[in-house]
Amino acid sequence: MAVPATKLKEQKEIIDVGLEEGAARLTYERIEQVINRVITGEMAARMKVYVDTCIHCGMCSTACHYYLSHGTPEWAPVGKVKQTMWEILEKKGRVSPEFIKRASIIASTECNVCRRCSMYCPYGIDIAYIMATVRRICHLLGVTPQYIQDTAHSHSATMNQMWVKEDEWIDTLQWQEGEAQAEIPSLRIPLDKEGADIMYSVIGPEPKFRAQLIYQAAILMTAAGVNWTMPSGPGWDNSDMAMFTGDFETMGRVKRTHFETAANLRVKKIVMGECGHAFRSVYDVGNRWLGWKMPPIPVIHATQFYYELLKEGKIKIARKFKEPVTLHDPCNIVRGRGLHEMMRYLVNATCENFVEMYPNREHNHCCCAGGGVINCGPPWKTKRVESNSTKAEQLAATGVHICIAPCHNCHGGLEDIINYYKLNMHVMFFIDILMKTMEIPDSLKA
Amino acid sequence: MQGIYEFVRGPLLWLTFIVFIGGSLYKLIPMYYLLKKKEAFVLSYMSLKYSLRSILHWIIPFASANMRQRPIMTVMSFVFHICLLVTPILLLSHIVLWDESWNLSWWALPDWIADIMTLVVIGACVFFAFRRQILPEVKYVTSAADYVILAVTAAPFITGFLAYHQWIEYRTMLILHILSGEIMLMAIPFTRLVHMFYFWFTRAYTGSEFGGVRHARDW
Ligand code: SF4
Ligand code: SF4
Ligand code: SF4
Repeated sequence: MAVPATKLKEQKEIIDVGLEEGAARLTYERIEQVINRVITGEMAARMKVYVDTCIHCGMCSTACHYYLSHGTPEWAPVGKVKQTMWEILEKKGRVSPEFIKRASIIASTECNVCRRCSMYCPYGIDIAYIMATVRRICHLLGVTPQYIQDTAHSHSATMNQMWVKEDEWIDTLQWQEGEAQAEIPSLRIPLDKEGADIMYSVIGPEPKFRAQLIYQAAILMTAAGVNWTMPSGPGWDNSDMAMFTGDFETMGRVKRTHFETAANLRVKKIVMGECGHAFRSVYDVGNRWLGWKMPPIPVIHATQFYYELLKEGKIKIARKFKEPVTLHDPCNIVRGRGLHEMMRYLVNATCENFVEMYPNREHNHCCCAGGGVINCGPPWKTKRVESNSTKAEQLAATGVHICIAPCHNCHGGLEDIINYYKLNMHVMFFIDILMKTMEIPDSLKA
Repeated sequence: MQGIYEFVRGPLLWLTFIVFIGGSLYKLIPMYYLLKKKEAFVLSYMSLKYSLRSILHWIIPFASANMRQRPIMTVMSFVFHICLLVTPILLLSHIVLWDESWNLSWWALPDWIADIMTLVVIGACVFFAFRRQILPEVKYVTSAADYVILAVTAAPFITGFLAYHQWIEYRTMLILHILSGEIMLMAIPFTRLVHMFYFWFTRAYTGSEFGGVRHARDW
């Protein structure tokens, strides 16, 4: 398999109402005022040191899939900092509404805050943090792409990402419970069970678009004999687009609700579904905003949970998956939590034929959907996919047709890439593989 | 001429040390307090083990993936930094000065080696300047200040080389040499050359976050 030569089309100007109308409301005075508030109030030593230390060497450029795909300097990590933060600091916030619009485009749609560049800069400068700060400024100025802003609004109003109403949520759980009972009649999705060992939380899009994942999780929990529960009210959603728009206040409310729900249920730990960004939010960003150095209640990602179940023999593999598979290391749980070796254990335990993609582990290329970029919606889709021909080449080089990706955003992003570059591949979650390979004890079967 | 020489070797040298040391403290101490006040969490994540792990991977040639991908740049950077730091310290004529003023002396490099190392520094500066011109991703983020820093760094070595070989009037060259060395030292805290200090901190922090919190490698 090779990537068909798709020439990058002339970049058409993309119109996004969120940016256009947001920028139209701005004045120089307001921009200056907001930026200076952020500079004096929120940015401190770290930003100063990063900006002073960067020696403009360009060594970070080849870290970034945007740069590798387009090959021109404005896509390099430091190139993006130059177009945004350097200018903002140099002009002390005296920049135009047009500049803010462009800065928002760069920070929200040309960087996945994937942190790969931190591993390539000799100083370890955290460019993702710089881009996130640019987003923060744009958020405070009301200039954020419309689609992702809508998800942030949803978080703020409903404590979940997809405007899912409380009855819809419970209804979905009951529906999935009913479906799963066809396989295991005694199966329940225990709601609000106080004192359970584990609270299982998912992201908003699961009940909305991928409800079968809840069904599968219920099968896994039951087969493994886990004492688990799911919350019936707000707090069930662990996702966080507010983190990516720079709306930290909303992020804090959402994360607090999630942790408090677990605390009220008196569970020992939270297990979350196969999502990368949500993990970043509960493990690294949201908890810190709330003042917790580490999460107040242990949180583990689904892949670690599966790994532990397999290791402890709580689930057994009946037959291995035959078709060759490759594995995409999601940034947020690999560069973000080092789960790569556990995932390899999982693949080898469940699949017969595992083909690595290169580079891999911490050095894997992002799917270009993360960091909220896919959530900026359809207007930005073509740009996002064309900005990752690198990923397409990396996938194609494996020569296999199945790619495991334990992250929702990666899923969406990889599928778009696969379709666009006609790669003839199919993306699966680990739980999809487990459903095909694990043993369901006879005593439970219908 | 003698007057100027006395001045650059005497009061100006003292001023240089004061500006260099004072300026560095002036940069570092308030930065530390700002960090403590506003971003204390940074300190709370610091881990000695992971700081050292990260620093080691970035001060050993080819120990990081990026260095392996850029062999020429890696060799040039290492050779440049080593020669830049070692030559002035182990140069016989500098040690003689230390001996005269403070009765301090140590092992010196043979002159011919120091001579080569000086040329290496100058050559590396030329290389970096060309790199800035030739590679689009570097050129894009380069400003005049970046060339000025290169010139400031190269100047003491160029003048020192010329003074040693006495191709041009020795006294003038010597004065220029001392002067340019002083300018470079004084520039460190106030320009990008401050990376000489900050490197250790930024590396340590990134290393601590990657190692201690994220359980991942950062090289
Ligand atoms: S997308 Fe990733 S590699 Fe590129 S600039 Fe952003 S954080 Fe760095
Ligand atoms: S590699 Fe680091 S120092 Fe060099 S340009 Fe990139 S961010 Fe700046
Ligand atoms: S979507 Fe996946 S690959 Fe992309 S940033 Fe998130 S975790 Fe990384």
